[in-house]
Amino acid sequence: MPILEIKNAELSIDNKKILKRLSLNVNEGETHAIMGPNGSGKSTLSYMLAGRDGYELDNGSITFDNIDLTQLSPDERSNLGLFLAFQYPVELPGVSSTNFLREIFNSRKKHLGEIELSHLDFIKHLRKVAENLSIKDEMLKRYVNFGFSGGEKKRFEILQMALLNPKISVLDETDSGLDVDALKIVSEGVNNLKNKNNAVVVITHYQRLLDYIKPDIVHIMSDGKIIKSGDADLALYVEKNGYSEILNEKN
Amino acid sequence: MVATTETINQVKTTTDKYKYGFSTEIEVDKAPKGLNEDIIRFISKKKDEPKWMLDWRLEAFKKWKRMEKPNWAKVSFPDIDFQDIYYYAAPKSKKKLNSLDEVDPELLKTYEKLGIPLNEQKMLAGVAVDAVFDSVSVATTFREKLSEVGVIFCPISEAIKNHPDLVKKYIGSVVPVTDNYYTALNSAVFTDGSFVYIPKGVKCPMELSTYFRINEKNTGQFERTLIVVEDEGYVSYLEGCTAPQRDENQLHAAVVELVAMNKSQIKYSTVQNWYPGDEQGKGGIYNFVTKRGKCLGENSKISWTQVETGSSITWKYPSCILMGDNSIGEFYSVAITNNAQQADTGTKMIHIGKNTKSTIISKGISAGKSQNTYRGQVQIQKSAKNARNFTQCDSLLIGDTCSAHTVPYINQHVSNAKVEHEATTSKISEDQLFYCMQRGLDAEQATSIIVNGFCKEVMKELPMEFAVEAQKLIGISLEGSVG
Ligand SMILES: Nc1ncnc2c1ncn2[C@@H]1O[C@H](COP(=O)(O)OP(=O)(O)O)[C@@H](O)[C@H]1O
Ligand SMILES: [Mg+2]
Repeated sequence: MPILEIKNAELSIDNKKILKRLSLNVNEGETHAIMGPNGSGKSTLSYMLAGRDGYELDNGSITFDNIDLTQLSPDERSNLGLFLAFQYPVELPGVSSTNFLREIFNSRKKHLGEIELSHLDFIKHLRKVAENLSIKDEMLKRYVNFGFSGGEKKRFEILQMALLNPKISVLDETDSGLDVDALKIVSEGVNNLKNKNNAVVVITHYQRLLDYIKPDIVHIMSDGKIIKSGDADLALYVEKNGYSEILNEKN
Repeated sequence: MVATTETINQVKTTTDKYKYGFSTEIEVDKAPKGLNEDIIRFISKKKDEPKWMLDWRLEAFKKWKRMEKPNWAKVSFPDIDFQDIYYYAAPKSKKKLNSLDEVDPELLKTYEKLGIPLNEQKMLAGVAVDAVFDSVSVATTFREKLSEVGVIFCPISEAIKNHPDLVKKYIGSVVPVTDNYYTALNSAVFTDGSFVYIPKGVKCPMELSTYFRINEKNTGQFERTLIVVEDEGYVSYLEGCTAPQRDENQLHAAVVELVAMNKSQIKYSTVQNWYPGDEQGKGGIYNFVTKRGKCLGENSKISWTQVETGSSITWKYPSCILMGDNSIGEFYSVAITNNAQQADTGTKMIHIGKNTKSTIISKGISAGKSQNTYRGQVQIQKSAKNARNFTQCDSLLIGDTCSAHTVPYINQHVSNAKVEHEATTSKISEDQLFYCMQRGLDAEQATSIIVNGFCKEVMKELPMEFAVEAQKLIGISLEGSVG
C-alpha cells in the first residue's frame, strides 16, 4: 500500500529551479534512504512535503494515503501522520520543552478523537519515552531546543516523533552531529517505532547511519532529481566510490 | 508554561469574539449626565462622606477645570466630551448587604460569567475578592478572616468613613491631585475602589483581589485604590478587569497609590482585558490610569506586574518612587495590541535613596494595525548614590501593518549609578511557526505558544491563578492575527 506518492515534482525558489521532475513512492512498511551531495535539494524536498510557506509545487503532485497534500497546511499534513525531523531544529525561547511536548501530544490525541492525558499521566508517559532515548529530565525542563547541543537537538526531534507516532517520518540528516553512542540510541529509537504500517525516509550523507537503520531502498539525489535507486548495496557503493561515478554514468 | 489546549478550545468556542461582552439588566441608581459641583456633592452625599472628603473633591475639581489634557502619548482619539458621561451609577439596593446571599442574583450571574471566585468553593482557593460593580462594592468576602490579623481590606468609600485618619494621611500623598489631567478628574469624582492596610509585621495571609467592571452605558469609572503596608508587612494584590461590549467608547481613569514602609513589600498584579473595540476600532475602553508606588521605608520593595490585553486605548505608567535607602522597584509588563488598539505604556523609576535598585522588563506584542509604545523613564537623583537600573524592552511584531516604538528617557545625576538599557524588536519568526505547525499545532496555537514564550519572564512573576488566565487571554487577544 503506498503512503506517499510524489509525481514529477517541480519547485523553484527565487525563480531558480530546485526540484526537477522528482518522483518518489513510499509504501507501508518501507524504509528509504536518500543520499546526495550538498545542495542537491534534499532539505527542500522535506520542506515541500511538510508544506512550508514558499515551497509550493510549480508542477507535479503529492498524495498521502491518496489525499492531495498540496492544498493542506503544515498542521493538517502533520495531523495526517507526516513528521519531519528538521536538519536544523528551531529554538523556541521561553517555551518549556515539557509543556511544548504535552501541547503537541494532546493536540494530536484530540485530533484523533482520543482522550488527552492529564498532566501527571503525560509526565509519566513522557519519562518512559524519554528514557528510551537517554534524554534526562533536566533537558525537558529547558526551553525547546534552546541551548541544546547538536546531539540533544536531534534526540529531541526523535522524542517528538515517538510521541506523535507518525505514519511517515522524514529524518533530515538526523545523524549529523551525533557521536557513535548517540547515533546508536537514536537509531534504536527509530527502529523501535518502525512497523509494517508506517514508513521512514532518512536523508543522510553517511553509510554509518544505514548500518543501524537498514534501508529497503536507497535513492541518490542530484541537482533536484533522483538519478538512481537501488537496494542497500547502493549506499555501500557510494560510501566506497563517492557520488562522482554515478553522476558521470548519468551524464 | 505554554497555552493549554483548553485555551484553544476557548478561542474556538468563543463565537462572539469578546467573551465578556454581555451586559447585565439590573436596576441602577445614577446621577444625571455631566460634571459640575452639584454632581460632586451628589456623589459625596451618596457615599455618606465626611466634609473633608467633599472639600478635597471640590478643590480637585477646581484645579481640573484649569488643566489641559495631555497630548504627548503616541495615541490618537476623538476629543472626550466630559459633560456626556455619567459620573455615578450604582446597582439599586435597599439596604446594606451582610452576606453574598443578599446580593442581586443577576449580579452574581454576571460575576459567574466573569469567573470571579465569589462562591464558597472558590473561597477555598484562598482568594478574597472585593468586587466593584460600577461604582459600589457589592460584596466583600474574607474580610473577617483578614481582620483577625489586623488587615483592613474594604471599599475605599468605607475606609473614608471608618478609617479616616489613614485615608486622610495617605490619599494623594503618592499621586498628587494635580499630577495630571486625569488624576485631578479622578480626585474630584472617584466613586469606588479598594483600600488595603497591612499593619506592622503582618504578612497578608492570602492574595487580595479586586475585579473591576464597567457595566452601565456611558459611565466613566473612576476608581481609586490605596494600599499602605507598614514595616515588615507584605501583601500581594491582584486586579482584574473586564467590560461589556459597546459601540461607544467608555472612559476609565483610575488612580492607584501604594505606600511601602521599612522592609515591607507590595506586589501588585493586573490582568487588564477591558473591551478593546471591534476590528475596525469602533468602541472600546479608554484606559487612562495613573498608578504609582512610593517606597517610603528603607529596604522596601514594590513590584508591578501587568498583562494588558484589552482597551482600545491604554495610557498607563505604573511607577515607583524609591525614597528609602536600598529600596527596590520592579516593573514587569506584557502589553498586547491587536486590530486597531493603541497602547502607550511603561513605567517611571525615580531613584532618590541610596543603593536603590530598579528592574524593568517590558514585552510588547503588536498585531493587526495596532500601535504599541513603551515609554519609560529612569531618573537617578543626586542623592541616589550607587543606584542601579536594568531595563529590557522587547517588541514582537505579528504581520506587517502594526508598529512598535520604544521611548526611553534616562536622567542620571549621579556618576556612580549604573543604568543599563536593552531593547530588541523582532518579527514572529516564520521558522518558529513552521516548526510548531509541523508538529500539528494550528497557526493560532503556534502563535500563542511562541508569544507566551516571549513573555515568559513577565508571566512567571504573576501569581499562579492569574498566570493561567493571562495565558488564555494572550491566545484570545491574538485571535485572527495570523493565518
Ligand atoms: N530559502 C532559500 N532561498 C534560496 N535558495 C535556497 C533556499 N533554500 C535552499 N536553496 C537552494 O536550494 C538548493 C537545495 O538546497 P537544500 O535543499 O538545502 O539541499 P540539501 O539539503 O540537499 O543540501 C541549494 O542550491 C540551495 O542554495
Ligand atoms: Mg539539507
